[in-house]
Amino acid sequence: MPDDLINSFMSGPDDKGRFGDFGGRFVSETLMPLILELEEQYEHAKTDQSFWDEMKDLWTHYVGRPSPLYFAQRLTDYCGGAKIYLKRDELNHTGAHKINNVLGQILLARRMGKTRIIAETGAGQHGVATATVCAKFGLECIVYMGAHDVERQSPNVFRMKLLGAKVVPVTSGRGTLKDAMNDALRDWVTNVRDTFYCIGTVAGPHPYPAMVRDFQSIIGKEAKEQMQAAEGRLPDTLVAAIGGGSNAMGLFYPFLDDRSVNIIGVEAGGHGVDDRMEHCASLTGGRPGVLHGNRTYLLQDRDGQILEGHSISAGLDYPGIGPEHAWLHEIGRAKYVWITDREALDAFQVCCAQEGIIPALEPSHALAHVLKIAPELPADHLICMNMCGRGDKDIFTVAKALGTDI
Amino acid sequence: MTRIDAKFAALRAEGRKAFVAYVMAGDPDYDTSLELVRGLPGAGVDIIELGMPFTDPMADGPTIQLAGQRALAAGQTLQRTLDMARSLREVDDTTPIVMMGYYNPIYSRGVDTFLKDAKAAGIDGLIVVDLPPEEDEELCIPAQAAGLNFIRLATPTTDDKRLPKVLQNTSGFVYYVSITGITGAAAASAADVAPEVARIKAQTDLPVIVGFGIRTPDSAREIASVADGAVVGTAIVKQVEEGRPVPEILNFVRGLADGAHGA
Repeated sequence: MPDDLINSFMSGPDDKGRFGDFGGRFVSETLMPLILELEEQYEHAKTDQSFWDEMKDLWTHYVGRPSPLYFAQRLTDYCGGAKIYLKRDELNHTGAHKINNVLGQILLARRMGKTRIIAETGAGQHGVATATVCAKFGLECIVYMGAHDVERQSPNVFRMKLLGAKVVPVTSGRGTLKDAMNDALRDWVTNVRDTFYCIGTVAGPHPYPAMVRDFQSIIGKEAKEQMQAAEGRLPDTLVAAIGGGSNAMGLFYPFLDDRSVNIIGVEAGGHGVDDRMEHCASLTGGRPGVLHGNRTYLLQDRDGQILEGHSISAGLDYPGIGPEHAWLHEIGRAKYVWITDREALDAFQVCCAQEGIIPALEPSHALAHVLKIAPELPADHLICMNMCGRGDKDIFTVAKALGTDI
Repeated sequence: MTRIDAKFAALRAEGRKAFVAYVMAGDPDYDTSLELVRGLPGAGVDIIELGMPFTDPMADGPTIQLAGQRALAAGQTLQRTLDMARSLREVDDTTPIVMMGYYNPIYSRGVDTFLKDAKAAGIDGLIVVDLPPEEDEELCIPAQAAGLNFIRLATPTTDDKRLPKVLQNTSGFVYYVSITGITGAAAASAADVAPEVARIKAQTDLPVIVGFGIRTPDSAREIASVADGAVVGTAIVKQVEEGRPVPEILNFVRGLADGAHGA
């Protein structure tokens, strides 16, 4: 798009919650009044200094922000090309970026007088973060989790229970994140008056995609300052993994108007992106549709029925993607690629061996792409990758995939 | 005047309440479902709601979720749902057919194509759960332009301030969802529903039909007595789930219809 046609990539969404043609508010009438109230409350909180003061205090003293920007010397040497920096959001309290957003939403829920919090979770990281913040504020917490994910992410299920949350295994569909989100929406529509739905990613009806992005943007804001301090300039390339896309949007957003910065989102390629549809690469292997309150790219059949997809990573196992990513993809501001289960597993092991960091399977996808591109790039090229979660939760899945009994 | 308008005019003239029945198209298979649908007018059904199966029915309870899955597993598509409506029209040209479901299968087919095909198949109205007034430009306005009624859901959370927006582009009738919740959940009482119906009728001349949670002839009568009619869905779909023969299901439907008509 020519520069003179657009002033900023950061001005979305419009007043209908659209990023270009994507986004919107595709929800039932029962929920609509609540969505409008949430939008109003969020718009108010956004410009309320006391809200952000409270966030900053919690981010600093409860979450442990800012997370470090770490120069990965050995990974850089291993690739023999670009300089690789890792934004260490896996060091946050609860082990992932998810808590950045949860804190914001729970503070809003408290302002709205809601006493019951529901959430959906895939890998369990958003569920754990929500259960954690609910425990801190003494709020009732119900987490919907696909039965298949309950099985493959059992450490996080136990964690949520310890934190006092009720975990509801969802058996509809294939029992993954999509189905958990359906059941969370069904709960919300039933308990609409006292319940706040804490969505874990940059998807869902407006204002969620914008609100979650704003809360996660702390990642990109810090990274920008930290890179400035470390290298005296902007990074050349940003890389982040994408399921719904909240860690990626958080890293990308503050850089959208820095035209020199290449932005790369990495989708889950599962067993490969082809007609078998055994992947979760919505942008590469899907087409636009409407699900869970927004229009975005979806994995679907010819008749508009949603497909299940596959990824080794429970957190990326979702047939859609946040609408702002769909828009960035269509206008070409960000580039979206995919990485297979196998490549992610390899990168997982490289990261453990080279840096002493056990990454979650989600950022292992981002890292796998970094390992692909870094060797081809010059030594003064700066890559900033979001290490959005730690891998403790994944050791059983990885062991199984590697054929090891633990 | 659409078939829906004509039906309500006739019911008014007879001083009767409407009985609306929901079935999932293609559940448990195309032929059984078609036999059931063709039998509905004879069982006293005034308006047929034909469910369009969808993989992710966010506003539906387990019974209708499973019905959709059965239909999809048996090969039901949007085209076959339209075919089913056309087959009914061969034997019945007066009973209104309202297609009910979610937006994505329609969006995937293309709105203009879908509306042309629906009109040609003899469809009279649409209820699309995930299209609130805020998204009227997507389907509601094109549907009205194509001569189809767009029937909106009003809910207990639709307050007086919002009600005009919900009613603005609604036609045919208003579907009042008697509870906050999903299909097949607990029923609201007629005492709770009556003031809500009055609240809606103060702002529109359209008939107000009440649904969600009605399972028995008695509750159909009670709810219909405080509105212009009652909708039953889950209780009928449950009969299909239990594998009952079509004549038996139609008997069950007749009981519900008699209940509503007795109001």
